[in-house]
Amino acid sequence: MSYMSTLRAFAVSGALMMPGAAWAQQVEINFYYPVAIGGPVTQIVEDLISRFEAENPDVKVNPIYSGTYSETISKALAAFRAGQPPELAVMLSVDMYTLVDEGAVAPIERFVETDEDRAWLEGFMPVFMSNSQTADQTWGVPFQRGTTVFFWNKNMFEEAGLDPDVGPQNWEEVVEFAGKLTKRDASGNATTWGMQVPSSLTSYWLLQGYVAQNEGKLFELSGDQTYFDSPEVVEALEYWVSLAHEHKVMKPGVIEWATNPKDFFEGKAAMITTTSGNLTNVKNNAPFPFGVQILPEHKKRGAPTSGGNIFIFEGVDAEKQEAAFRFTKWLTSAEQSAEWSIKTGYIAPREDAWETAAMKTYVEEFPEALVPREQIPFMVPELSTYENQRVARVIDDAIEASLTATKTPAQALADAQAEAERILRNYRN
Amino acid sequence: MSKLSRLQSQATPWLLLLPAAVLLATFTHIPAVTTFINSFYTTPRGARPARFVGVEQYQSMLADPVFLAALKNNAIYALGTVPLAIGLSLLMAIIVNSSIRGRALLRMSFFLPTVLPMIAVANIWLFFYTPGYGLFDQILANFGFSSTNWLGSPNTALPSLMLLGIWKEAGFFMIFYLAALQQISPSLAEAAALEGASRWYYFRRIVFPLLMPTTLFVLVNALINSFRLIDHVIVMTRGGPDNASTLLLYYIYNTAFRFWDTAYASALTMVLLAALAAFSFIQFGILDRKVHYK
Repeated sequence: MSYMSTLRAFAVSGALMMPGAAWAQQVEINFYYPVAIGGPVTQIVEDLISRFEAENPDVKVNPIYSGTYSETISKALAAFRAGQPPELAVMLSVDMYTLVDEGAVAPIERFVETDEDRAWLEGFMPVFMSNSQTADQTWGVPFQRGTTVFFWNKNMFEEAGLDPDVGPQNWEEVVEFAGKLTKRDASGNATTWGMQVPSSLTSYWLLQGYVAQNEGKLFELSGDQTYFDSPEVVEALEYWVSLAHEHKVMKPGVIEWATNPKDFFEGKAAMITTTSGNLTNVKNNAPFPFGVQILPEHKKRGAPTSGGNIFIFEGVDAEKQEAAFRFTKWLTSAEQSAEWSIKTGYIAPREDAWETAAMKTYVEEFPEALVPREQIPFMVPELSTYENQRVARVIDDAIEASLTATKTPAQALADAQAEAERILRNYRN
Repeated sequence: MSKLSRLQSQATPWLLLLPAAVLLATFTHIPAVTTFINSFYTTPRGARPARFVGVEQYQSMLADPVFLAALKNNAIYALGTVPLAIGLSLLMAIIVNSSIRGRALLRMSFFLPTVLPMIAVANIWLFFYTPGYGLFDQILANFGFSSTNWLGSPNTALPSLMLLGIWKEAGFFMIFYLAALQQISPSLAEAAALEGASRWYYFRRIVFPLLMPTTLFVLVNALINSFRLIDHVIVMTRGGPDNASTLLLYYIYNTAFRFWDTAYASALTMVLLAALAAFSFIQFGILDRKVHYK
């Protein structure tokens, strides 16, 4: 809070020095944003804001770095409850139900007036909108979105006698390739694992990929129903667990998000699944040629979306909300969307952003950037329910219990479904 | 003395106490009472205001597997870390109290873990525990052990956190023991030596009883810390895998600030407060009578 009030004090003293007319008209808005990836994100955000302010001299945007995604929603909701919400914040798209249920965010349609506004709102790809809309209203604007992709070490493929330019295309091939790629020392301990899938924190996200490939689904888009114990989900988790326990081609136990790419760089893992946000990281740090592709299929292709939307808060003046909307619209229009995608590695969620000159040049230089986009037709919305963090934790616990062999997948998922049912029961009419 | 000046002399102490009282009330007493009251209501969400439900929150705790796991983990954590940390700190204090070479260096190195912030230490230890190429696995590989997923297996996650806890805490308690050891008059040791008492007998019958007030103080602090310090849980395991390393306070934090179920978190907080109050009562009310003060 004191940081915010200092910022305000600065802004006010700055405004006082300006001529009277500008002071009377300028609207000041606070913008919370988390940083979930590497790179000079703060600098990119501040640069974008200064250009917006140059084009819109009547609006002043205060960028406020707010930690991780979960810290951002904690801070924003605490501020909202205290009656001083930020005008807008970048938060996980899947926290939509939580925010709507709190009455904390405003529907975007309220600010859409002109045809140009409507064209802008309709320009987002449908799959990214499915985590942003409920009750016939749009609550979040797709901003920094991602998916999961598949990486492999080309050198190791050659050593194992595999074609280094072709990754595994289905579940069976993953097992087969991973078997060839797993290396063991004289006493039988693995020195390189064929395949690694991260399983600490938000592991439901990776399970969701397997579930989509198995033609199942984890939840209902209404946000009040989950299908954790359905046969498709159980099979999907059984397949994941079998990589470690039955086929012994994946490190047993829980695999950390952070060490997973590092294991890949160190040659401890030959193939990994991770977020598309790691594309630039792998490009800069892998000391060997690597391949990247969309996730292998089973009954069909499939992968979940992920990432953050921009939300406009209730509980502030209409004039400020309007300024926040103008900033949101500017930040997510084709040009800025393309620029943000190029500089950070997130997927631009608009078709027209991919048509910009800047994006076309970038893709020519770095064709791997097209891989996440190739996956868009197969994407399903990320798990999102009421009390999302709690429900996500329940399914994460079930995955961890299965991977550590504390419970069978069927048992763990049945327990998780019962717990999710207990939580979500209250939200059904 | 006039009425006014008598009033003044009565008001002065209250006025002097006022700043501290206001601070204590604002940040300790009022929140504690509010928490107690909130634990009997549901969490207000948007359109649905809080509703009085009596002891329902406390009842649902008994059916909450994560709460029970957190309680069990915390008991193991306390029982495992407190005696070991105290024993180790006493041993270290005795070593650095004797006149050995490089004593200052040894004292400093024993105390160093205490100076470092827990968050920083946890991040360093995160590397120690990395499977395959972390410090522990690299050392153990020399003896033919295969790589262990220390933080990613339910059997080793909590013990890994406990080891860090002991290492972090022992140095701090050593300082208290060192101060207490230096208070013990050397004439006692001389007298014991004259009587022909062995060093172990001297420690057991003279030094240890004289250290009891310190031991009690350290015990209370160690026990409170075992419930209070969760920074390393957040950094290293986030309570996983499958809640194998979830401690009570971490669960409260998750419930309150990630799940936003503030009412249930209030009820959990009351349980934690009650447990800590009970410990303090046992220690100061019962053990205190058996402690020898000079």
